[in-house]
Amino acid sequence: MNAPAYHLPGITGKATAPEITPVNNAAVADTGARTVAQVMAQTQVQQVMDALDRDLVGLKPVKSRIRDISALLVIDRLRLNLGLAAQSPSLHMCFSGNPGTGKTTVAMRMAQILHELGYVRSGHLVAVTRDDLVGQYIGHTAPKTKEVLKKAMGGVLFIDEAYYLYRPENERDYGQEAIEILLQVMENQRDDLVVILAGYKDRMDTFFMSNPGMNSRIAHHIDFPDYQEDELAQIAQHMLSAQNYRLNEEAQHAFAKYLHLRKQQPHFANARSVRNALERARLRQASRLFANPDKELTADDLSTLNAEDILASRVFQHAKG
Amino acid sequence: MLTNPTGKLTQGQFSFLPDLTDAEISLQIKYGLSKGYAWSVEYTDDAHPRNTYWDMYGMPMFDLNDPAGVLLEVNNCRKSFPNHYIRLMAFDSTRGIESVAMSFIVHRPANEPGYRLERQEVHGRSMRYTTHGYAMDKPENTRYGK
Repeated sequence: MNAPAYHLPGITGKATAPEITPVNNAAVADTGARTVAQVMAQTQVQQVMDALDRDLVGLKPVKSRIRDISALLVIDRLRLNLGLAAQSPSLHMCFSGNPGTGKTTVAMRMAQILHELGYVRSGHLVAVTRDDLVGQYIGHTAPKTKEVLKKAMGGVLFIDEAYYLYRPENERDYGQEAIEILLQVMENQRDDLVVILAGYKDRMDTFFMSNPGMNSRIAHHIDFPDYQEDELAQIAQHMLSAQNYRLNEEAQHAFAKYLHLRKQQPHFANARSVRNALERARLRQASRLFANPDKELTADDLSTLNAEDILASRVFQHAKG
Repeated sequence: MLTNPTGKLTQGQFSFLPDLTDAEISLQIKYGLSKGYAWSVEYTDDAHPRNTYWDMYGMPMFDLNDPAGVLLEVNNCRKSFPNHYIRLMAFDSTRGIESVAMSFIVHRPANEPGYRLERQEVHGRSMRYTTHGYAMDKPENTRYGK
């Protein structure tokens, strides 16, 4: 750049840009904290962990991993306060598990959690599938993938059913190109973006087998276990209370029986099946109340699901027949 | 002072200030994003004051949340065109406005020879004026060095 050819009166020396705090949150000022408790008091780590325990049923491996990550954040703060360099950790994750085990739900929470822990700047989640990343003709894929990556920066990019990106049967498939761009950004812009891949366990394993580069760049492989029956019942309670419904005592027993039978049937999708069962129970409750047009309905009537609403399910008919 | 006192091209915002650092550019981008603007990167080696339309470097970036994505494109453009002018523009799509709300230069060639005023005598004592860039006589892409 050419030096300015003018001189403003009253200014000595070269004009300097004002001090700007970097946009990257790598350098956080020394807050003076020396113990874990002090850092916990200054950050939202404790609230985040409490909320997680409260809202998510089961999912032990997930919770323990998030606890580890939070612990690292706290320790990094302490290190920073003592002048020890702390490199931002790689947070790319892979969620694998059966349908309905909460992969997408946790990914949504994860964006928020990482934001509250100060790992990502804005905490939004961009959920995409193969269609959003891979183009239809030559030269279409790279801009498409880059656009999605740019949108996700500062937050979390969630790639559902990531194994569809790689199609081994077609060697000219553009998915490979998307994977390469993805890898490059995952490596170079670790501060800007967290990538979460999700999918069914066995197919994810095959995907990583054929893309070892992807495997090695993902630090956290988290397995989502299937829910136990009592956990599913608890989830049902959560879902219902969120919608101002409740099960009365008989209905709770009926629902426990329902879960037991439903689990043995094919296409059981954990929490998703629970949600669908509850939706159908709501429908049955509605038509039960609808059948008595002259009855005055109390708030209690309107929010209680009875045993008969559950027992009318075809799961029980199958069991009998 | 007859010529531009800064000794460099002054177009758009901040052009009389020292060149913005990446951190400062990020802050401007962040401000634009918070207003809902769509950022786009443009480049040219013909920065004549009347040359409104520079070449687009990629599509305008809608629906972004974070300055890192825009800065990534700026840096890619700097790599591709180290000896061109590069500017960032923020498009405000609000109905009734629908035009560029911010625009500033984020990269310039190392050496900027500038522009001269040319006079042409026409119709007796009438004068016509035009600005002519010293670098403009060279062909495209070689004007500010390869």
